[in-house]
Amino acid sequence: MSQDTINTTADNRPHDGDPNAPVLEVENLHVEFRTRDGVAKAVTGVTFDLLPGETLAILGESGSGKSVTAQAIMGILDTPPGFVTQGSVRFRGVDIQALPEKERRRYRGEKIAMIFQDALSSLNPVYSVGYQIGEMFRVHRGASRADAKTKAIELMDRVHIPAARQRVNDYPHQFSGGMRQRIMIAIALSLDPDIIIADEPTTALDVTVQAQVMQLLADLQAESKMGLILITHDLGVVADVADKISVMYAGRLIEQARSLDLYSNPAHPYTERLLAAIPRVDMKGQELYTIKGIPPNLTDIPAGCAFHPRCPYAQSICSEKTPPLEVVPGDRRSACHFWKEVLDGSLQIR
Amino acid sequence: MGTYVLRRLLQMIPVFFGATFLIFYLVLGMPGDPLAVMCGERGCDPSTANALRAQFHIGEPLYVQYFEYMKGILTLDFGETFSRRPVLDVMGDAFPITIRLATLAFIIEIFIGVPLGLVAGLRRGKFFDSSILLGTLLIISIPIFVIGFLMQYFLGLKLGWFRPTVSGEAPWNELLLPAIVLGTVSLAYIMRLTRTSVVENIHADYVRTAVAKGLPHRRVVTVHLLRNSLIPVVTYLGADIGALMGGAIVTERIFNIKGVGGTLYQAINRGEAPTIVSIVVILVIVYLVFNLLVDLLYAVLDPRIRYA
Repeated sequence: MSQDTINTTADNRPHDGDPNAPVLEVENLHVEFRTRDGVAKAVTGVTFDLLPGETLAILGESGSGKSVTAQAIMGILDTPPGFVTQGSVRFRGVDIQALPEKERRRYRGEKIAMIFQDALSSLNPVYSVGYQIGEMFRVHRGASRADAKTKAIELMDRVHIPAARQRVNDYPHQFSGGMRQRIMIAIALSLDPDIIIADEPTTALDVTVQAQVMQLLADLQAESKMGLILITHDLGVVADVADKISVMYAGRLIEQARSLDLYSNPAHPYTERLLAAIPRVDMKGQELYTIKGIPPNLTDIPAGCAFHPRCPYAQSICSEKTPPLEVVPGDRRSACHFWKEVLDGSLQIR
Repeated sequence: MGTYVLRRLLQMIPVFFGATFLIFYLVLGMPGDPLAVMCGERGCDPSTANALRAQFHIGEPLYVQYFEYMKGILTLDFGETFSRRPVLDVMGDAFPITIRLATLAFIIEIFIGVPLGLVAGLRRGKFFDSSILLGTLLIISIPIFVIGFLMQYFLGLKLGWFRPTVSGEAPWNELLLPAIVLGTVSLAYIMRLTRTSVVENIHADYVRTAVAKGLPHRRVVTVHLLRNSLIPVVTYLGADIGALMGGAIVTERIFNIKGVGGTLYQAINRGEAPTIVSIVVILVIVYLVFNLLVDLLYAVLDPRIRYA
């Protein structure tokens, strides 16, 4: 494991001997929020790897812990109330979780960049977009104002913002939603990071623009070989772009598989039910399927498998014993006592 | 932008005439005979009284007096006090002192109020924040003359750090203590405004973005958080300049400063219409101009605001 040092010159970037070693390893990550109403276990024992150039989708409904996982990786949790209580986040072997804030800061933007959901509120309303993109070069690279602006224009071109040269001095509110998200992407992209975490990047956009933005992310990733973590609740968004999918429920990873495997044959009842809830063209006019019940309150997660109160296959063991994330044949994992039965479809709905 | 400024300047004209007329009307409605003040106990002989009446248009209808007075003002002739001194001279003595006092108070407000409010906001709920909240509440609830006398007594007389009263020239250093007193209440409001605004913005998405961009904490706070938090503070500061100029009556009396407040107070006691109206005219203009400046400053601070 190499001892990573941050170096700001492009030709002297830290590297591992093995180019195919994971660029990010999250291990047994626990995050809790200590609130007045009790301790909310937002993330419990999340473990995953990200390979260079790989796209990992983290899928889950609101409150499943997917955004908190992203914030913990970035080190931008609101502390208090949020605390990382256990686990490690290793970037090319370096546990950035353990670094002092001053050193950790330099990984943000430089090594791992983030794109947020609502580009309008995530961009500072009082600075021009050129300033906000150029700031990356001025702060991290010590570039002059003029150089930063040139770089900003280049990046705006790269994310296909028309008339970049004229628009570089415009403010966020003067752009459309899709263009604003492109500016967020330009900021994330600016220092050529190894990983981009996109937290619901297309949720605030309308459907046609969603497709364009996803296409842009996919193209940029193909050019630069960066790893992409795509956080979403939208199964439709991830289907085309993700290599791997991790499904989260009540703060735990409950299934992990190659996209195609997960879609064609889920190994966890929750995933199976999610897929069943996708509206289908051939079922036009029929009532849409929903998973009964609501996601658990994170201050009071059900004992055993958190999904058991809503699971159509639940048996007595499910409320007693928390299923571990077991390795399932085909380079996948599932946290269900009955993954075998789920896979071959032999379980009966109660 | 240009048309906006022009329109605002044109709007000042009716406000200017309305405000001056109102003041004029109120001053002439005050009880007491100005001639009695001018001539004292013994009274003037009839010819002098008539001359004075003619000069100050006493006893003539309100609109005539107002018209005569405004005619003078437009040619920068502000009239004379009852003791035959040009009002322009009186104002020339009083305004520089008050401007110095207000400037000092204003600087104290900004350079102490904003940083302390910022730190309190960043440490919300901690000891420092609670102290600021409690301290400012205390300052706001105590009348200004109590604060003034207490500071004069302890800092001026007991400790001797400042001159307890200000000499006629009113140099900057002697005005420091009065400026602190004059600025305390606004200072308290500015701390609270800044604190609230910072608390509101600290969890804003763009602040989180700034952290995620790997910017140093200092830059996140000063460049991204503070600039957005200052917008309500600037509004308050703009209105406060006018208040500092005109509202120093109590402070000026405590510290024996011959500024606008003191002069105005004397003039009101004497029913000296030309002096009162002239000073208020200037104050009205100061208010109007600073309000315009604040509105223009908005557009600089927040590009979403555009004037057409």
